[in-house]
Amino acid sequence: MSFQAGQKIRVIVVDDEDLSRQILREFLSAHSEIEIVTECANGFEIVKAAAELKPDLIFLDIQMPKLDGFEVVELLGQDVAVIFVTAYDSYAIRAFEVHAIDYLLKPVSSVRFEAALERAKERLAGKLPATPLPPMELAAAARPPSRYLDRIPVREGTSVFIIPIAKLDYAEAQDDYVALFSAGKTHLKQQTLASLEASLDPSRFLRIHRSYIVNLERVAKVEPYGKDTYVAVLSTGAQLPVSRAGHSRLREFLGR
Amino acid sequence: MHPILSQFRRLALYLIAWIPLAALLAYILATSGGATWRDAAALAVPLCLVYAFVCLSAWYSCRVTPLEESSFSKLLGTHFAGALVASGLWLLVARILASELSETQSFRGLDRRLIPQLPLIFGTGVLLYLLSVAFYYVLLAVEASREAEARVLQASMLAREAELKALKAQVNPHFLFNSLNSISALTSSDPAKAREMCILLGDFLRRTLGLGEKSSIPLEEEMSLIRAFLSVEKIRFGSRIQMEENIDPEALAAQVPPLLLQPLVENAVVHGIANLVEGGRIRLDAHCTDGNLSIIVENTFDPDAPPRRTGGVGLANVRQRLQARCGNRASFNATTDNDMFRVALSLPVENTAERSPERKERVS
Repeated sequence: MSFQAGQKIRVIVVDDEDLSRQILREFLSAHSEIEIVTECANGFEIVKAAAELKPDLIFLDIQMPKLDGFEVVELLGQDVAVIFVTAYDSYAIRAFEVHAIDYLLKPVSSVRFEAALERAKERLAGKLPATPLPPMELAAAARPPSRYLDRIPVREGTSVFIIPIAKLDYAEAQDDYVALFSAGKTHLKQQTLASLEASLDPSRFLRIHRSYIVNLERVAKVEPYGKDTYVAVLSTGAQLPVSRAGHSRLREFLGR
Repeated sequence: MHPILSQFRRLALYLIAWIPLAALLAYILATSGGATWRDAAALAVPLCLVYAFVCLSAWYSCRVTPLEESSFSKLLGTHFAGALVASGLWLLVARILASELSETQSFRGLDRRLIPQLPLIFGTGVLLYLLSVAFYYVLLAVEASREAEARVLQASMLAREAELKALKAQVNPHFLFNSLNSISALTSSDPAKAREMCILLGDFLRRTLGLGEKSSIPLEEEMSLIRAFLSVEKIRFGSRIQMEENIDPEALAAQVPPLLLQPLVENAVVHGIANLVEGGRIRLDAHCTDGNLSIIVENTFDPDAPPRRTGGVGLANVRQRLQARCGNRASFNATTDNDMFRVALSLPVENTAERSPERKERVS
């Protein structure tokens, strides 16, 4: 995206504390080229507002009700520039790994704020390169090492679904998306199966096929299907193809 | 220090342990021909008494050749040489004793009768010496493991002490950063409120700093600390925080470790209220029964809240402090019930008069 002169930068300020939004509002009010399109107080609100209002720049708190800042970035993707604002310095590395434009620490100084805003404008004007990595890879980088997901947020239109990891039956690769099957419903998420696999606990989830990851707790039985191929029957009744490599991995896990 | 010579009781026990060995030696001497039972007894008892002391020397050679650090050949060489010397010495004593005894009427000819027994005595001497070597190695191993245990215990005590010291002085820095940010926002929009918040924050900080000196405070003081904390947080979170107190007047005077409950209330704010869009409620109950102070801190929370990426040590710290201080007499339970998180703890009530303020080392 690039900006023509005279065009206003659409900004959303997100923080669950009124006073934190207030100070950002005050700093932003000095800039006539900025338009605050709305303010949000939690993760769900910003995902909905971003889908409806298409902001250029978001000032984002990290610890908020419903969804935290990193989950919000994961759902919004890279169409929007993000500046994190938080009291915690421990997220800084991860914030830059998800290619946040800047990371402001509370209490926010106006000098740091102006510098961050300047960087944001450069990025929006196309002077700074957009992030080279797709958002899911960024979100995976944002996860602390050795910790696996315990829930998967999924955006559908303006609403957000949270799939607790124990409720995920299996995942299927569908072009640029993965289809997540949970509790009789299917949710589509823009992500590669490989990056999903990397974020799941390998003692609970197994890649049984090029296109399938299964929750091991759901596997009821494994039956031969054709020459060198098998089919896994889940307790939900679903039948998934199992590749030869997937079958040997599965056998290892099921101890047969 | 020699483990046996250092205490009279041990030496007595050691010599008693040699009585069956003397009996064994007498039996061997009497049954292998030559000597009569009377000869055997007359020789075995003084010989074993002497040898008991000779074998004490094995301790020193065991000390200088530790089992793990010495080569097999060194061990073998040292102890066999020791055994040969000790046993040779013993043989000499046996011969002198026998010839002395031969002078008397009743043991005439004992020295001659003893000659065929000499190799047997020598062999027994070697074996007894090696036996005491083995005994000392066992003793050394037991001692080493006891020392290691004591070291581990001491290390964990030191660690706990250091931790307690750190805990007492602890104010969550993020609480400070967030509060300062709120003050910064208020300075332009509501200067009077900004000033009020500065004063409340200063009040809270001064109270927590003062607590480092004390080992326990009345519950009433802890409660006023919690109120100071919440009055700061209420400016940040506005009407999202509701606090409800239900405290037995008798409990207010009970002594508690400082900053025992404040982390629980802070935890309720950070992990409970902060994740609730509409805010939530914290409730603190305290009452005394049968010399015990029971406290319940509960708060509403969002079971579907995003997983916290940092923190989560506050509860563990409170539990550890309670345990370090009161051991089994204290209890600590954290439970969740739908959208309610509850910490229930109890500790024995301390009498104010009995406790003198903890002495504190001054660094400066």
